Amino acid sequence: MAHRIGKYTIVLDQPPSILATAAIGSKKEREGPLEKSFDFICDDPYFEQDSWEKAESIMQTKAVNTALGKAGLQPQEIDAIFAGDLLNQCVGSSYGLRELGIPFMGVYGACSTMAESLLGASVFLDSGALNRAVACTSSHFCAAERQYRFPLEYGGQRTPTAQWTATAAGAAVLGKDGPSPYVRAVTIGTIEDLGITDANNMGAAMAPAAAVTIQRFMEDTGKKPSDFDLVITGDLGKVGSDLVRDLLLREGIKLENSHTDCGLMLYDLEKQDMHAGGSGCGCSAGVMCGHILPLMREDTLHEIVFVATGALMNPTVVQQGESIASIAHLVYLSTKKEGGAV
Amino acid sequence: MDLFIPLLRAFVVGGILCGIGQLLIDFTKLTPARILTGYVVTGVILGGIGVYQKLVDFAGAGASVPLLGFGNLLAKGVREAVAEQGMLGILTGGFTACAGGIAAAVVLSLLSAVLWKSKIK
Amino acid sequence: MNMSPEEYDKLAKKASPNSPFLKNLISAFLIGGGICALGQGFLLWYQRLGIDRDTASAWASITLVFLSILLTGLDLYDSIAKVAGAGTLVPITGFANSMSSAAIEFKSEGWVLGLGAKMFIIAGPVIVYGVSASVIYGILYYIFG
Repeated sequence: MAHRIGKYTIVLDQPPSILATAAIGSKKEREGPLEKSFDFICDDPYFEQDSWEKAESIMQTKAVNTALGKAGLQPQEIDAIFAGDLLNQCVGSSYGLRELGIPFMGVYGACSTMAESLLGASVFLDSGALNRAVACTSSHFCAAERQYRFPLEYGGQRTPTAQWTATAAGAAVLGKDGPSPYVRAVTIGTIEDLGITDANNMGAAMAPAAAVTIQRFMEDTGKKPSDFDLVITGDLGKVGSDLVRDLLLREGIKLENSHTDCGLMLYDLEKQDMHAGGSGCGCSAGVMCGHILPLMREDTLHEIVFVATGALMNPTVVQQGESIASIAHLVYLSTKKEGGAV
Repeated sequence: MDLFIPLLRAFVVGGILCGIGQLLIDFTKLTPARILTGYVVTGVILGGIGVYQKLVDFAGAGASVPLLGFGNLLAKGVREAVAEQGMLGILTGGFTACAGGIAAAVVLSLLSAVLWKSKIK
Repeated sequence: MNMSPEEYDKLAKKASPNSPFLKNLISAFLIGGGICALGQGFLLWYQRLGIDRDTASAWASITLVFLSILLTGLDLYDSIAKVAGAGTLVPITGFANSMSSAAIEFKSEGWVLGLGAKMFIIAGPVIVYGVSASVIYGILYYIFG
């Protein structure tokens, strides 16, 4: 059974194994540096459907089925699935997964959803309540754009701090026993808000949440960022990454050399004109499930702290003048089942 | 030359009006919808006090194509309608003056939605 | 984390790059000016066909509306606007684009509550406040004019 260290961090005593992962992307993701990391790329962002919402659902179906295929498992062998996305009421997940017949937990953590779903699945597995679970997350540029901003054909100008919602999905199959990597500990984030109101500057809005969660994890475990191969934040982009490093430095935590951000990895920011970087929960889902977790499986990376950040606003509250509340959940992954940081 | 001068005037005046809009976007963080709305209302005011028509006479499309011109048109329409119909003109003038543009935009937008679906580069 | 929103606002502003305003300004001027000059071209042409100035001006605007919606449907207007900014927003073409793009986008929610209702999500306020301002002006003009 899991136990707590410090105030915020939950250590998993039977660390669940990540049995297999899959990542799905579209055209922009193919044009980026991580093309090879994706299991399936459909250049048509409609994924042969007639609406963006259906396209996103298909991405989730594909991500889960591909991951299950790689793990050699059937849907009926999965005890529960934890999934979420950015669409209203999480329809990307619920409609994408409705045919599978797997017990379903809908998760909403905005762009932090990949960490939140991994976290939920892992703690359930550790408790013995489940034997196998899937964590799945997606976002779709077009579906998000029409919901949060403007019609796609609308002629608007993006500011330099704006981030690009990834059209990507990632799924991870977790099991009680299995090979590396393992989910060793998790830190649940608190809702942070330092008053940023610019919806085109999500990185700045979310950086405090990431800083707080990283600081708590380091304090709870007595470690520092350089003890890990990578502290990888989800979707802070260029602006948010600079800010999180700065914020942590003020607390005496040096992130500098061991930090990267999923939003900076998925695209070639200059060449693809991505402004401040990638975002959307599919961004960290794609990067983790397509790139980082497989590198851990190959034993190239060993100790990873994954901190996915999410902005918990919607267009209604932003139009009403609310500032952007945000959150960051942390998952500590290791190739070792014991030892390491916890 | 009789072609070049009016084109140049339209270009310069229209360009300046757009440039002001750009400065508003970059420095005030006003959303595009607010800028459009602000331009139309300003156009009504400038048209109402009779300033804007002078600019239209000078720059032609350079003043009538930016949304300020749309506001000016509304004001002009109201003025003419009040002169013709009296009090009712207060209500009919605006829509009458801009009816052509709006009807064209509505019908063509409907048609565009019949013909195309949204795409991404 | 001991930081007030005011302090963080300063920090965030420092970390956030500003819009390249000079480049944006020049693009807006050139493309916006170009659209107006094109409109003037149509206006002169229609006048040459014997149409009076006011009518020709209305037709010139309608022609630009048509071109704007055509480019919107062909997935080109947003690419131009990315460079032009206010240069494609402020002319009547921006108004037309906002209606057409919304119509195309929300067709998937049906012809009535999707396309029909949402066509005005961006352009609606322009009509609401433009017409309201004109009515206020009309009242003043009726009383004092």
